[in-house]
Amino acid sequence: MTRMRSRKLQSAIALTLSGMAALFGLFWLGFILWDVLKHGTAAVNWALFTEDPVPPGTEGGGLRNAFVGQLMITGTATLIGVPMGVLGGTFLAEYARGRAISRFISILADIMVSVPSIVIGTFVYAVMVKPVKHFSGWAGAVALAMIMIPVVMRTTEDMLSLVPWRLREAAFALGAPYYKVIVQVVYRQASVGVFTGILLSIARVAGETAPLLFTSFNNAFFATDMGKPIASLTVTVFQYATGPFDEWKAQAWAASLVITIFILAITIIGRGIIRWKYGNK
Amino acid sequence: MTALLKGRSPIDLVFASMTALAAFTVCLIMLGVFVSLVRESSLSINKFGAFSFMFSSDWDPVKELFGAAASIFGTAVTTALALFFAVPIGIGIAVFVTEIAPDSLKGTIGAAIELLAAIPSIVYGMWGLFTLAPLMGKTVEPFMQKIFGGIPVVGHLFSGNTTGIDMFTSSVVLSIMVVPFIASVSRDSFNQTPSILKESAYGVGATRWEVIRDVVIPYSKRGVFGGAVLSLGRALGETMAVAFVLGNSKRISLSLFDAASTITVTLANEFTEADTDMYLSALYHLALILFTLSFITLAVAKFFINRKTEEHDR
Repeated sequence: MTRMRSRKLQSAIALTLSGMAALFGLFWLGFILWDVLKHGTAAVNWALFTEDPVPPGTEGGGLRNAFVGQLMITGTATLIGVPMGVLGGTFLAEYARGRAISRFISILADIMVSVPSIVIGTFVYAVMVKPVKHFSGWAGAVALAMIMIPVVMRTTEDMLSLVPWRLREAAFALGAPYYKVIVQVVYRQASVGVFTGILLSIARVAGETAPLLFTSFNNAFFATDMGKPIASLTVTVFQYATGPFDEWKAQAWAASLVITIFILAITIIGRGIIRWKYGNK
Repeated sequence: MTALLKGRSPIDLVFASMTALAAFTVCLIMLGVFVSLVRESSLSINKFGAFSFMFSSDWDPVKELFGAAASIFGTAVTTALALFFAVPIGIGIAVFVTEIAPDSLKGTIGAAIELLAAIPSIVYGMWGLFTLAPLMGKTVEPFMQKIFGGIPVVGHLFSGNTTGIDMFTSSVVLSIMVVPFIASVSRDSFNQTPSILKESAYGVGATRWEVIRDVVIPYSKRGVFGGAVLSLGRALGETMAVAFVLGNSKRISLSLFDAASTITVTLANEFTEADTDMYLSALYHLALILFTLSFITLAVAKFFINRKTEEHDR
């Protein structure tokens, strides 16, 4: 009987520990979010979105340049990354379905998803910044697109693979060529999943800082010329947080709050859609 | 490839080639990254040697003497310590979410933990610099010093001024960032344990913990290991969060309470300041080392993490 009791005790201890691990994880999530919320809300104001930075030491000013720059860089990255990713995923799941080449590219894409983003930054610097000798918004957008492509490609592949093969056969039987089957049947079936994947990939790149440091760099002034250095929220946060002025720190917190809310909102919406559409996954 | 394209209509051919082209950009980019990193670091490779560069602790931009040892040391210590914290916690979370939590909580807790991975690393950096580092430097680290500092040998790990801007704080931040990866990969592999195995164990009178320890974990150890390696790869390449709290010091110190540098932190801090070709080339050499390391790590992780949908229904 004592042996039974000690086994039960052991079990109870182990289960409690794992419960504590979960609590520990939730604790950090709460701690970080609360901290960002506390510092961020104190510094967010209307001017943050509508005014450009003023010289340090002066009252007021905002980060309009960084908001606009961030939107332009992320938007351009999306315009490059999404078509490439969706088309690539289509190749993996449809034309090359089940072939070794599909498996190879798929694994490579999975690795590429986790390649340090700062390395992508140094690569883009070598091919797009060094030759023209100045930083540019385009380079930043391309760097983010490179991070986006494998993410979108892999989700597209997975989502298209979920579409039952019978559906395609039905369309083939009517004499439809493969491209028509893909565009009109498969895409339509998988649209919600692919869309969600795109959404999550935008959330993924919107918070990236490292690949922008040496590509789009930063710009203290309002600029919309993608051929020149352009400000982004994330790089601005990095610069402001490590800078010497209190106003900078406050604005860095405010910008962090905005980024966090934006990304968490997209992530939660995306996860929600997946759950609603594909069950508890 | 020709078999793929045989007997298709022209439009289908065009569409098929477009998709193929898009898919192959992945190979092109990866190859491009490798080739350009090698090319850009050639100056440094020629001067310092591809491998002896890794063992030299020089970092003197003025005399143009460079070596990767300090950065590699910092990377190794912070990632190792981060995994030391994160692996047990991640597995614990996976156990809780799959085997213990009531069904109504399972999804919510799992999703909340995964949100940790969605928080951008720059926000981790802000939080680390302004909230965690002071807390560490003023409270946690002096406390640890009091407990462990007196122990011979081990005490060295905890010596020095506790500023909070150091390897220990960086490891804590890193571990929080990689916990969700370990937890979610472990959870997926736990879920793959056939319930008939678990039920058999319960049938012969095993307790819950015994089922987890002797059935679930052995059955899914490949996946759990893969998850740990994946998070190792993640931690290796993490930049911004660490850049805020590590201090970018090129001195190799055995104390966890000293500032240090990682490959990523060196790149983030010095890349735009590199004023000579040799300096820039040395930084590219670092990037090449990082790329190679993480590529190998991630490939190993990929090998261990089972792909769930192996067979297509074609």
